[in-house]
Amino acid sequence: MGSFVSVTPEEEREMLRKIGADRLSDLFSGIPEELKLRKELSLPDGVSEMEAEKIVRKMAGKNHVFQSVFRGAGAYRHYIPAIVNEVISKESFLTAYTPYQAEISQGILQSIFEYQTYICELTGMDVSNACVYDGAEAAAEAAAMCREKNRNVMLVSETANPFVISVIRTYCFGNGMEVRLIPEKNYRTDTEALKSMVNGETAGVYLQNPDYYGSLEDVSAIGKITHDAGAKLILGVNPIASAVLKTAGEYKADIATGEGQPLGMPLSFGGPYLGFMAASKENMRKLPGRIVGETHDANGKTGYVLTLQAREQHIRREKAGSNICSNEALCALCAGVYCSAMGPEGIRKAARSSVSKAHYLSDKLSEIGFERTDQGDFFHEFVTKCPSDAENVMKLLSDHDILGGLPLSGKHRGEILWCCTEMNGRAEMDEMTELLKEAKKC
Amino acid sequence: MNIPKNLKYTKSHEWVKFDGETTATVGLTDYAQSELGDLVFVNLPEAGDTVTAGEAFSDVESVKAVSDVYAPVTGTVDEANAELLDAPEKINADPYEAWLVKIEDITSMEELLTAEEYEKFVEEEKAQKH
Repeated sequence: MGSFVSVTPEEEREMLRKIGADRLSDLFSGIPEELKLRKELSLPDGVSEMEAEKIVRKMAGKNHVFQSVFRGAGAYRHYIPAIVNEVISKESFLTAYTPYQAEISQGILQSIFEYQTYICELTGMDVSNACVYDGAEAAAEAAAMCREKNRNVMLVSETANPFVISVIRTYCFGNGMEVRLIPEKNYRTDTEALKSMVNGETAGVYLQNPDYYGSLEDVSAIGKITHDAGAKLILGVNPIASAVLKTAGEYKADIATGEGQPLGMPLSFGGPYLGFMAASKENMRKLPGRIVGETHDANGKTGYVLTLQAREQHIRREKAGSNICSNEALCALCAGVYCSAMGPEGIRKAARSSVSKAHYLSDKLSEIGFERTDQGDFFHEFVTKCPSDAENVMKLLSDHDILGGLPLSGKHRGEILWCCTEMNGRAEMDEMTELLKEAKKC
Repeated sequence: MNIPKNLKYTKSHEWVKFDGETTATVGLTDYAQSELGDLVFVNLPEAGDTVTAGEAFSDVESVKAVSDVYAPVTGTVDEANAELLDAPEKINADPYEAWLVKIEDITSMEELLTAEEYEKFVEEEKAQKH
């Protein structure tokens, strides 16, 4: 960290001299005396770096980082190449502020432009923004994009991640849209129900593929029903899965959103994560948040800038489509470096490995009483029944430093949502299966 | 500053050309386009949409701002100028030829200014800015 050094007392005196002030308090002379606090703030004395580290390490020690993870449900443990941390730790990236002044931010702007390009390639869409806070927010912002004069109802599939549904509800409450849930039928969106729900008031339809249960949805049929009714299709996607599944663009989605955490970010107990949003050309101007564009300077050289800014809330104010005024630039950079390091073939390999391991585990589990509750195709997550109490099973696994699948609640109470990624080894899966044979006695 | 004498104007810088009492064409004035700068996008209503005098019915986007366009009259959109969707710069080039919408079944209107009144209004606005 070479470039940030705080000022010395001598430098401070020199600066005050230059502007004709005697002391620092002179700079606050415009504030009425009666409003100034005349005592020290009631804070404990500072501690040394060594003491501070000890305190924080003790807090961090309360976390348990499992050796083996077989749980997904919205955040996934994939391998993060070492180069990701190397690049994002560079001072100029780690400490940089928002690139509003293009002339001194070309590095950051270019890195965001490249991230946007990767998102377009992964989703098959025309344009991407510079990202939003997380996948749930991306879905909620996408819903807002679909509003039109007479179309104010958002249809959201029950098979979407419950946290995403919750955030969509929050945003729609704020912007006056109505949310109606499309019922689930056998771990997938009930397309017959959708047909009867969609009409001239429908602004958009949201579902994710693979869905919350890992199942592959009939996106073509749902897209057709949606578009035939004049509504927009928002498809939530998994960025790793997008490398091998049919893309949102190929499904003719109007907007693609998703959680970018699998692209080089650790699980981190829930964040910071990365919300990506990509749209077709027709919907470009409705995209919220920052967008980086590529252009030429006065000398004809390639340069990067924030573009389409007139639509953002700091200029358009209450008429802007969204109130977002920030992004997760460092996380977007993680994704950019991850994609660069892995390349298309690397991401495909991670995807295929995740799929094949999940199918191997599914077969092994079904032999010992943990049968799948659904028979359709799945990606890298699947649901099984549990021959004994799910919480006890998790406790048994946890004692062996294994985080088992997620025990589901609601209508699927008693069932378990398992996940595999390229990081789960065969020996690890076999060991867990052996342990689970004992679980039947729980 | 071009302000054709045969048109009516609003304080929000739209021009109106009546064709009989219940039909009119609406566009942006020369002053408006010069203040907005180069236009890059126009968001127009569809034929059949209703517009209400004094309320925004469209917006235009320049590099520095997205600005609302207000309806000078209450009525129904007969036609929107589709050419502007691909070539919004026509508004900058020829603001009185590049009409935005044609409105029919007009039932009421805002207080409209004559060319002289509008010219005076613009002079006052300019003076306030400097």
